[in-house]
Amino acid sequence: MDAAAIRRSVRRVAVLAALLLVRATTAGVLPDDRADLFYSKYSGGGMDITGESVLVRKKITENLAVEANYFVDKVSGASIDVLSQASQIKDTRKQKSGTLEYVHDKTTYSLSYINSVENDYKSNTTSFSLKQDMFGDLTTLTLGYTHTNDGVGENNGGAIAWLGHAQSVGYDVGLSQILSKNLIAGVNVNVITDNGYLANPYRSYRYLDSGNAKGYSLASQIYPDTRTSTAVQTEAKYYLPYRAAITGSYRYFSDTWGIVGNTYELDYTHPISNIWILEGSVRFYKQNNANFYSDLYQFAGQYNFMARDRNLAAGQNTTIAAKVTYAFLPDGWKMFKRATATFDVSRIAYKYTDFRNIKYYGISSNPSYQPGTEPLYSFDATVYQIYMSMFF
Amino acid sequence: MNNLRPAPPIRLAPLFRWALLAGGLLLVSGCGNIQPWVKPYERDRLADPIMAWERDSVSAAYLDHVREVREGSRGATGGAGGGCGCN
Repeated sequence: MDAAAIRRSVRRVAVLAALLLVRATTAGVLPDDRADLFYSKYSGGGMDITGESVLVRKKITENLAVEANYFVDKVSGASIDVLSQASQIKDTRKQKSGTLEYVHDKTTYSLSYINSVENDYKSNTTSFSLKQDMFGDLTTLTLGYTHTNDGVGENNGGAIAWLGHAQSVGYDVGLSQILSKNLIAGVNVNVITDNGYLANPYRSYRYLDSGNAKGYSLASQIYPDTRTSTAVQTEAKYYLPYRAAITGSYRYFSDTWGIVGNTYELDYTHPISNIWILEGSVRFYKQNNANFYSDLYQFAGQYNFMARDRNLAAGQNTTIAAKVTYAFLPDGWKMFKRATATFDVSRIAYKYTDFRNIKYYGISSNPSYQPGTEPLYSFDATVYQIYMSMFF
Repeated sequence: MNNLRPAPPIRLAPLFRWALLAGGLLLVSGCGNIQPWVKPYERDRLADPIMAWERDSVSAAYLDHVREVREGSRGATGGAGGGCGCN
């Protein structure tokens, strides 16, 4: 069930939002008050996921700001992981978060709390970050700490079986550096250590079984109960000879499960007067599999750890995206200084190199595929975002 | 499926404690003696909104979410970083 995979990262994404908030701030001055209405839709791989969000940010004093965000997403459909066509997924997640941000001289402090609730998953996250401008404001250093506690359950026809807890601790260090009048570069490092129940309870491993008409059977995955990951990203943004910007980034990722991932991204931003901003981007991602992953095991209980979660499979994806922002109140209106509306669409092509499509192919299909010879799985997804931001 | 067990965890957390300490020392040591080679009045281009690392935090976090739930990788996508020091 993709909803379960979604939960795994929800807390980190929420923390990221809080950290991005700090990143959007120039140390020493809090950003403008703002209110955002956000709508998103993801369609791909048999899943439809809609997201709705409201965000309000307000300065209490010149040095202190508070931000509140409410996010609801709804999942429906049946992904490749749901082998019974009858099992349509419907799930809703509600997330509330609050952030306090305080500026003193050239230092910005941020404290966030996030609570996310679903029928079968609960998550509480606390994070703290500090941002410091130095060297004549050419350099910005950011330090972040995040602690999360999750409760993981499985929904069996409405009855929730609570399987365990997962905790994670994350550290972020970031450095942003002005290199010239036209060039800014950054390095970000993130380390996360997890322990507890880390598997997705809705995904299964697969093993050969001559007693089953399909030639294989499925069983609950067995994961290690610890994981530590390290990610390092470098990025640079350059102001072109005319009014436009180009951004390049590269991220290297590795973890103690044996996954190594590489991400490349290129983005072009082109404003038209002060009314429109057009953006286009290309992103490429590739990873190898976790060392305990297999599409097909020889028998049940073959190893201590067994997984067939496609997030741990070898694969790659390519994203092409376009975004347009329209400033529709450039001169303000009543209490609003300005407002923008944004439309963003991304097309993502996913390909797996050791995860096979057993939902639509198998012994009983025509032509017949023996276990382990089914076609590899791939799918395309489209992501839409529409949002309005009002600054006051 | 090369190994039956995952590799033992690398103890990176202590490294980060040292990094935090080093960063803290850097902050309190007074770094004001270095002269900025890009003067404040030369930062008009860097202050242009098109040079911001992120303009919309909700959207950026959402896109990270879309990626993270379908990939093995996570983190370091710009949650740290900083502004351009243009004020």
